[in-house]
Amino acid sequence: MKLSTDSVLADESWDMVISPKGKLLDLNLKEVWKYRDLLFLFVKRDFVAQFKQTIMGPLWHVIQPIFTTIIFLFIFGKIANIPTDNIEPKILFYMSGITLWNYFSTCLTATSNTFVSNAGIFGKVYFPRLVLPLSTVLSNMVKFGVQFIVLLAMMVYFSFRGYPIHFGMSWLLIPVLILMMAALGLGMGIIISSLTTKYRDLTILVGFAVQLLMYATPIAYPLSYLKEKSYASWVQWNPLSPIAEAFRYALFGHGSFTFASFLYSIMFIVVTLFIGMILFNKVEKSFMDTV
Amino acid sequence: MSETVIKVNNLSKQYRLGTVGTGTLSHDINRWWHVIRGKEDPYLKIGEENNRAIKGNSDYVWALKDINFDVKQGEILGIIGRNGAGKSTLLKILSRTTTPTTGSVKVRGRIASLLEVGTGFHPELTGRENIFLNGAIMGMTHSEIKKKFDEIVDFSGVERYIDTPVKRYSSGMYVRLAFAVAAHLEPDILIVDEVLAVGDAEFQKKCLGKMKDVSQREGRTVLFVSHQMGTIAQLCTTAILMQAGQISFSGNVDEVISSYLASNIDPDKKGYFNQKSDKHKEFYFSEIQTINSHGEYSDTFKFNEPISIRIKINIPDYHPNTMIGIALQDKYSSKVCTFIKSVNELYIDGQDSIEILVSLPQGLIAPNFYSFIFALFDPTKKEYDMVENVCPIRIVDSGTQFSLFEGGDYGHVVINAEWEKLYNAEKIS
Repeated sequence: MKLSTDSVLADESWDMVISPKGKLLDLNLKEVWKYRDLLFLFVKRDFVAQFKQTIMGPLWHVIQPIFTTIIFLFIFGKIANIPTDNIEPKILFYMSGITLWNYFSTCLTATSNTFVSNAGIFGKVYFPRLVLPLSTVLSNMVKFGVQFIVLLAMMVYFSFRGYPIHFGMSWLLIPVLILMMAALGLGMGIIISSLTTKYRDLTILVGFAVQLLMYATPIAYPLSYLKEKSYASWVQWNPLSPIAEAFRYALFGHGSFTFASFLYSIMFIVVTLFIGMILFNKVEKSFMDTV
Repeated sequence: MSETVIKVNNLSKQYRLGTVGTGTLSHDINRWWHVIRGKEDPYLKIGEENNRAIKGNSDYVWALKDINFDVKQGEILGIIGRNGAGKSTLLKILSRTTTPTTGSVKVRGRIASLLEVGTGFHPELTGRENIFLNGAIMGMTHSEIKKKFDEIVDFSGVERYIDTPVKRYSSGMYVRLAFAVAAHLEPDILIVDEVLAVGDAEFQKKCLGKMKDVSQREGRTVLFVSHQMGTIAQLCTTAILMQAGQISFSGNVDEVISSYLASNIDPDKKGYFNQKSDKHKEFYFSEIQTINSHGEYSDTFKFNEPISIRIKINIPDYHPNTMIGIALQDKYSSKVCTFIKSVNELYIDGQDSIEILVSLPQGLIAPNFYSFIFALFDPTKKEYDMVENVCPIRIVDSGTQFSLFEGGDYGHVVINAEWEKLYNAEKIS
């Protein structure tokens, strides 16, 4: 070994150059693909580790939405007596809303912690940082899948009690809607996680903002209920509203969304995701110094 | 000539000290304002050399400043230096957990790092699950790990616990498993930082062997940070010495270690002093100094210069059976030789302290770094006082036949053997 700045090999190709500045948007999806096994293992870890030393195990995924549904049924259905867009029985209305909302909110809150809560691993070893938020979105998709199956089971149950299942082409919308929820949760999550590496203020905000956001989204009430009310436009500007309405439309054939509002949601998601990627890309390299 | 696999160019890393708050926000805004106008970052111009012990004027320090070095394929490069010299920052940049502030590193091949222990181990997962997870974090594919799984378990020696969550492991088992995964990574460049401190002696030996194997037989490159000079000397071929974020010395591993140890000798501390009177000790050393031929304190001796040790012992309570023992240690703290004497022969009746002078033969101890252990003990009963790693001395080559090999390891003593030329073999029979 010798101390030298110039050598004969200077111009040869290097596998990797570590330098302070990178491109504005350098996602390196190829590298993420190379680490797909890790992605899968993180999903598995999230799923397995959560229920270690529990007896009920993954059953908890089912119990939580059922209880929330019952509470919603009482408060919004019975006490406040808010209509459910002609979706019968009411319990399916609430359950579908909660299932979808749970997916978005867990995606958002979990990915928004990416840097801070994984600083331990990030500080020791390099792997494409994007793997972690992606794995969060995927493992939550598994949980969503479990809850969705419960929802379907309920629908089947009620079909025997005189509430036939609405089945049609509209069901094809469901995977699109889930992807949109995932993308929005991921996009907003990585924006927040990138902004919170140095200043933690946003972390505190996210904690309650997600809860409040639910009330600005037609989850516990249908959008049609707000018709002719002055604040209806506020809820319509919420990019989540068309997704929630479209989800119920796909499942039950009732929901108020337009093609324009749907397009607005998609645009919003694309922009969010794009901004998120740029921020994430900028922060991921040196966040260890400030986290 | 082997290929250069790592090339570090003018690498610098700046850190800001203190807490993150409104103060950092105003600096961030100022920095951003400079950047959007296309100007240079104003905080890069300031910043001081990184010395944790003294109070500085600026919040910005350079943990690394203009580092340049190359590493060739198959080399085991030791990185040594005191705490806070920038070793770990350098490794962090190499392992891509942080980016440099300026400068660049060019790398050929896959890097895997072993910074501290149990990278990414999840306490709730079993050893088996963690092997797969850990391997994947380090960049192995599922099938690669599967192929090596038995080998990894075998190497770690924790087979019995493999289906138990790692939170139940002892810290040693944890490290064993972590190292076993990393050792089977097959990266082109392996970065190791102080992991061996936790395992037991048997495992440490195994790790060192594996690392040597990895570099010599498989031609991989290893960067190794440790404070254990013995390990560095055993393992590495070349080394760099870091001081306050800069490379102060580099080259052959023995020379670098010597340079490091020389920098550790405290010029203000002239020997060993114990001024407080220990009530519970019947015997103790109060002063120990190494003395040169002029009768003055010195820590550097020429090879052919006599070395004397002046020892003052306080004796609140005299025991006639007491012995004094002195051991000479090499730089890895293994003993070169020991000499003992009965205190009875040195004692002057009625005194509560004695002063003695011990002289070592000149021209015998090979040029190198040494220190001493002093002990006062009763061979049958107990130890009254023991001081270790004191009075570090350096013996410099003043023209022995080994001058040519300075810095090389040719043992601890120089013996003048008789060499005779035989004209024909029958003569001796």
